[in-house]
This record gives sequence, C-alpha cells and structure tokens, in this order.
Amino acid sequence: MLQIPLWKRVVIWGLVALGIVLAVPNLFYGRVEQANDARATIETMGATPERTAAAESWPDWLPSGLVNLGLDLRGGAHLLAEVQVEDVYAQRIDGLWPELRNELREARDTVGTIRRTDEGGPVLEVRISRPDGLSRALEIVRGLSQPVASISGAGTQSLEVSGEQTGDTAVLRLTLSEAERAATDDRTIRQSLEIIRRRVDEVGTREPTIQRQGADRILIQVPGIGSAAELKTLIGTTAQLTFHPVLNRTGDSDANAGPGNVIYPSLDEEGAYYVLERTPVVSGETLTDAQPAFDQNGRPAVNFRFNPQGARAFGDYTAENIGSPFAIVLDEEVISAPVIQSHIPGGSGIITGNFTVEESTELAVLLRAGALPAELTFLEERTIGPELGQDSIDAGRIACLVAFAAVMVMMAASYGLFGIFANIALLINVGLIFGLLSLIGATLTLPGIAGIVLTIGMAVDANVLVFERIREELKTAKGPSRAISLGYERALSAIVDANITTFIIAGILFMLGSGPVRGFAVTLGLGILTSVFTAIFVTRLIIVTWFDRRRPKTIEV
Amino acid sequence: MRLKFVPDDVNIDWFKRARLTFGASVVAMILSVIVWAVLGLNFGIDFQGGTTIRTQAEEVVDVAEYRAALEPLGLGDVVISEVFDPSFGPDENVAMVRLGAQGEEASVSPDTIEEVRTALAEVAPSVEFTSVESVGPKVSGELIQTAFLAVAASLAAILIYIWLRFEWQFSVGAVAALFHDVILTIGLFSVLRIQFDLATIAAILTIIGYSINDTVVIFDRLRENLIKYKSRALKDVMNLSVNETLSRTVMTSGTTLIALIALLVLGGDVIRGFVFAITWGIIVGTYSSVFVAKNIVLFLGVKRDWSKPDKTEGNQFAKIDS
Repeated sequence: MLQIPLWKRVVIWGLVALGIVLAVPNLFYGRVEQANDARATIETMGATPERTAAAESWPDWLPSGLVNLGLDLRGGAHLLAEVQVEDVYAQRIDGLWPELRNELREARDTVGTIRRTDEGGPVLEVRISRPDGLSRALEIVRGLSQPVASISGAGTQSLEVSGEQTGDTAVLRLTLSEAERAATDDRTIRQSLEIIRRRVDEVGTREPTIQRQGADRILIQVPGIGSAAELKTLIGTTAQLTFHPVLNRTGDSDANAGPGNVIYPSLDEEGAYYVLERTPVVSGETLTDAQPAFDQNGRPAVNFRFNPQGARAFGDYTAENIGSPFAIVLDEEVISAPVIQSHIPGGSGIITGNFTVEESTELAVLLRAGALPAELTFLEERTIGPELGQDSIDAGRIACLVAFAAVMVMMAASYGLFGIFANIALLINVGLIFGLLSLIGATLTLPGIAGIVLTIGMAVDANVLVFERIREELKTAKGPSRAISLGYERALSAIVDANITTFIIAGILFMLGSGPVRGFAVTLGLGILTSVFTAIFVTRLIIVTWFDRRRPKTIEV
Repeated sequence: MRLKFVPDDVNIDWFKRARLTFGASVVAMILSVIVWAVLGLNFGIDFQGGTTIRTQAEEVVDVAEYRAALEPLGLGDVVISEVFDPSFGPDENVAMVRLGAQGEEASVSPDTIEEVRTALAEVAPSVEFTSVESVGPKVSGELIQTAFLAVAASLAAILIYIWLRFEWQFSVGAVAALFHDVILTIGLFSVLRIQFDLATIAAILTIIGYSINDTVVIFDRLRENLIKYKSRALKDVMNLSVNETLSRTVMTSGTTLIALIALLVLGGDVIRGFVFAITWGIIVGTYSSVFVAKNIVLFLGVKRDWSKPDKTEGNQFAKIDS
C-alpha cells in the first residue's frame, strides 16, 4: 500500500534537486549578474582581463539563470506609446504626386491643365480643366494603383479613386484604400519598433523591453534609466531630417505660402519663418552616418554623410542653385538656412546651429538611428527610482521570512512530525518557485513578492487537507499505513478541484495584466503548480520513507 | 501536545442562525452597493487618468505648504497626502502628489513634472521624486473595461468549471458566494476611500481564487457525504461536511492570514492597499464559503442519487498517482 517504486522516487528527488539547483544563482544575485554581464560584453566587445575575471567569478558549469527584477523593484522607466499611423497616409499620398503630375501632363490634350488643390492631407485632390477628359484622367490615376501586398488585403487595390464634375472643370480625388492603410499601419509600427530599439540600444542600457501591443501601440521598458522624461526625449523625437529649397523668409506665420509650399518656423530665431517647397530635395533616409563635431568656429555641430543616391541628388541640386539658400529642416523646424556657396559633391556636410554639446550628440544619435515614420503619443508612463525599488525588495524579503517562520511554527505546532515534513516541503516549494521563475526568465515584481507570500500561506493547504484526512481515517482505526494511503487518495479530488479553479484565475490575471499584475499572476500560478507537486509527491515521499524506516505501530497527526 | 483550533468532535449546527448570517450577508451587500452608488470609488490613475508623484524629502511634509506651492501652477485637481510607514527613517518624509489628467489622451508632459519639482523644491529643498506614474485618459478608459471583463470572465469560468465537476446548484451557490465577496470588497474600498486601481482588481481576482478554493473543499466533502448518507436530510449532511472540514478551513485561513499580516505590517507602503484587499478578502471569502454558498445550494435543492456517475468514492482524478 505504502509503496512508491524506485523510479518514481528518483524522478521526484531529481525534479526537486533540479529546481533547487536552478534557484541557487538567485542567492548570489549580484555576483551572478556581474558575471553574466561580463560574458555578454566579452561576446560583443572582446575580452579584457577585468571582464574575464568578472566572468569567472561565477563558475560557468553552474546554472546562471536569474529571476528578472521588474521595474518596480529595480527602478527604471516604462512608456506606452501610440504611433500616429495616420501621419504616414499623407506622406504616401504626397509621394505619388510627382509621378501623377508627369503622367497627367503627358495627357494634356485630353485632360487640359491640371492643378493640385488639397492642403497636403490624406486625400490628394487634382482639378483638371476639361471635364470630358475625366475618364482618361481616372484611367491614368488607376494605373498608379497596385495590388495590396498583404495576406488580409489580397486581391484589393492600393488606391481608392473617385472623380466628380463641377461645372466646367472636374476634380479627381485619390486616397489609400482600407486594405492599403492596414498594410501601411503594420509597416509603420514595425519600422517604429526597429528605430526605437536602435535608439535605446545606442544608449546601451541593460535588457530593455520593446514590444508591440495591440494594433498601434508600443511598450517600452528600460531598467536603470533615470526618468521616463529622459526616455521620452530619446524616442519621442521623430528626427525627420529634410533639405528644402527656400523661397522666402517672412515674419508672419500665417502668410500665404502658395500651393505646394509650406511655412516652417526657425529653430533659433523667435518669430522668423521660412517659406519652403513642400517636397524635399533630399531626406534623412539617405543618411548613412552622423557624428557630433565642431564647426570652424569651435561650436558644436553635427557631421553627416549621404549614401550615393542622396549624394547625387544633393550634388546636382547644389550645382544648379549656387547663390540661393536652402533649408535644413528637422521635424518641421528650420535648423539653419545657409546660402549654397559652391557645388557640394561627395555627399557629406555639416549642420550648424545653436547647439550645446549634449544636443549635438543627441541629434547625431537620432539621425544615425533613423527617423521615426510617424509621431508618437505617450499614453502611459511610469518612473520608479532605484532606491524605492531596493526598499521594496528589502521590505518584501523581511515579510517573506517572517511569514515563513510563522507558518512553519503553526504547522509544526498543529501536526507535529507531519507538520515538520510539510515545512520541509514548503522550503522545497519556495526553492522550486524561484527555480522555475529563473528557468522561464520570468519577471519578479512587487505584487509578485506578495504572490510568493500568499503562496507560502496557501501552499500548506494541500498538506493540511491530506493531514486532516489522515486524522479522520485514523479515527476509524484502520491502522496507520492504510490511513495514510487513504488520506492521500481521498483528499486528492478536493486538492485538484480547489487548485484548478485558482489556476484558472491566475490564467485570467496573466491575460489581463501587464507589468506588475502579470508578475503576480506568474508567481501565483507557479506557486499553485509547485505546491500541488510538493504536497502530493514530495511530502508523501518523505512520509512514506519515514514510515518504511520506523514502522510505527501508531501515528499521531 | 497539539495545537488544535477545532475540537475533534465538533458538531455545530451551521443553519441554526441561518436567517441572521444569511440576512447579514444580504444586508451588507445591499449597503455596499448603496455606498458604491453614492460615494463612488476612489479610482487611482489607472482608471481615471492622471499622475501620481511620490516625493521624498529630508524636510517634514507640510501638506498645506505643498498645496500652496503647487497652487500657482494651475494644474486643476491636486491631491496631496503624506505617507507613513514604520520603516521610514527620520529624514525620510514621503508624500504622494496626485494630479488630474492634463490632456485628452496622453500622459503628463515632462515640462509639467519639472514645474512641479521646481515648485516643491521651494518649500522642501531636498525633495526628490522617487517615482512618477502617469496614465492618459485614453488608456485608463480601456483599463476599466479590461478589469470588468476580467472579473466577469473569472466568475464565468468558475461557474462553468463547478457546473462540469459538480451540479449546477453548486455552481450557482459558489458564484453567488464569490459575488458576495467581490461586492463586499468594493463596498469596503468605497467606504474607506482606499485607492482603487489595477492592483485592486488583481486582489479581487485573488480573493475569487481563494474563496472558490475554500468553497470547493466543502462542496467536495458534501458530494462525498451525499453518496455515503443517501437518506439523511440535506441540511444534516451539509452540517456534517462543514464540521468535518472545519479544522482544515481554520488552519488554511489561519496560515494564509498570518502570512498576509506579516506582509501587511512589514511589506512597505507601496503594496499595502493591495495586501489589505487580499487580507479582507480571505476573511469574507472564508465566511461566504461557510455561510453563503451552501445556503444557496440548500435553497435550490440538489439531486440525491449520486451513485451512477461516480462509481468510486473519489472521481476520475483519484487514480492518477500512487
């Protein structure tokens, strides 16, 4: 009756040992973390004696997985950004204009003169002077449309085109189709993710989390960074660098720019505005490098270099427009508008402005990482100082130890020897929780610590159920061996039902929550698994082993 | 000598004061709903949008001074409260400053935070912001939805699980007890004006998890006894089942409460609200398992012939190990 086959004993103790070995690195958190960091650095940057020494401070044959500490314990910044995907529609539509203009001009005989009448929104509007040429014009526009390149949008066209006769002229309207917008959104988010990742990596902090959330959101968590505001300036800047021909300089922000032109303010001079051609000569996508530097007067500046394509466009333009000004525009603000002195071949240049050294360094980082395709709006931000996190860890640790001691005393006082068995299982249980957390690389948060404390309290439940049952079975005087066996058998259904329901809740919590709440769900869920395992396998194995050795005539539970 | 909270031959009639206990539960629930409707909940920024700043300074916190310093910034609704914790040293004076949502969608701007910092530095030169959390109204609206959905989904999942494993009467009784726990927790949070945020929802879900755990243990015993004593009155079988499991109920609630009280006292002020909710929930959850769930099952009645589906006295799980 009270027999557990050898293979089962080996498996149970094996699992326990494995779990505890996996948990061990967490006892030496600081040292293991240093060693792991050093190993990662050696891999990317090569070895130095200090790095090798740091890497060897923790033997590499030992497991080195650690429980990640959440932002609320380690300190850091958390941002939830929404990408303004609509921004891109206007750019896409605007990009079609030069080609459309050329094709419509070629068909001048049928469509007459053409004029663009929109203000640069997501709808491109063109007025043609001959209404009877509308059908031909529509045909030309449809020619620009392409099949949508996405699975969900298969079989649809990228553009929606409509035409309308008004008196003796006609208007063409084209905009992105629903499917194309969806495909564009997806690309925009991917690009934004990539660029945010590059920018955060440039700053070089440890294990940032950058992930997509829902349709158009990005979650960014960076441990160790001073404040969310710092992170926001780093990733919140679009950093669209463009070079535009300058038409005029004005003091009036509401001046009529004329079709195809825009008015941008000057970055340095209050109240100064420039009238520029909307379509840029060269844009930041053609940049290959940007470095902080100093100009000939020793003021901070940024050196940049174009790729061949950008270099050609820039060279051609400067050759043709010597003596006229052009504007360097960053995020719709004119940084500077120098006059072209000579043909600039070779594709490199310098941006000067009223920069501080920090600003020029930051601008160089942003330009190097590339521009964000669309603006970001921040919906949620959290900054937790590292000291507060450390206080929470300390408080949590003390609370855990006290809870542990109190529960153990209560168990031993209530169930005697069996209570001590349960206490051993409880210790193993917490070891297993940490082992599993380290194994799956889960994140421990402050509510997660609460989850562990709660588990300590609840983990004994399964053992309590069994012990109470054994007590009852003993009353009917079946002999200790039979009572233990029946106790386990009959308590099992209550244990399973009770824990499955709690496990369902942990699952729902996991799906609902993010960050701290999810951390709680993880520890609660793992705690349920390990506590059931320790109660029905480990405690039982301990009891059976004890029973085999001692063969007591009577037992007291 | 063993520590025993429950005598071996316990024989309590749990229905003796059924009207009183059940009535008290119903009244408490009604009161909770009224309080909730009248006072509303003290929503945290998760659900309302806004910003909370945790400040720490060597100077003693004077809430009126802080308020006066922030007045000229015109930030709208500003709530300032001092935070106490036994673990704070004499030069750790902590306060929470809460600002209402500043925009339509987005979280607070870094400029606003800087303004607040400059203003507070005038009354408390050493002030530091140990944490700043800001949630835009757009996200907070969605979070409320998700939270309600999560609680509803949990109740539904349990309703279905208990129905599959027991009978529909048990399932109704269990969910009614859970509903009772949730409403009483919301009521308490409303009366005491404790901040109600995402962590509170997590606490409510945990309470649901714990309370159902307790209820299921009693139901499991009830099912077993119903098979054993086919002809005894349902009420007696229920009393027997509660009495038989009473020792376990007290023991488990006891160990869990001890662990939670340790956390409540020593765990720091950051999670105190969360732990408080769970502690309260364990108490009402234990109460509702004994006094609410089974009363409803008794009221609904239950089939008495359990011989067919369960051939063994256990069930399909009984043989998976050993």
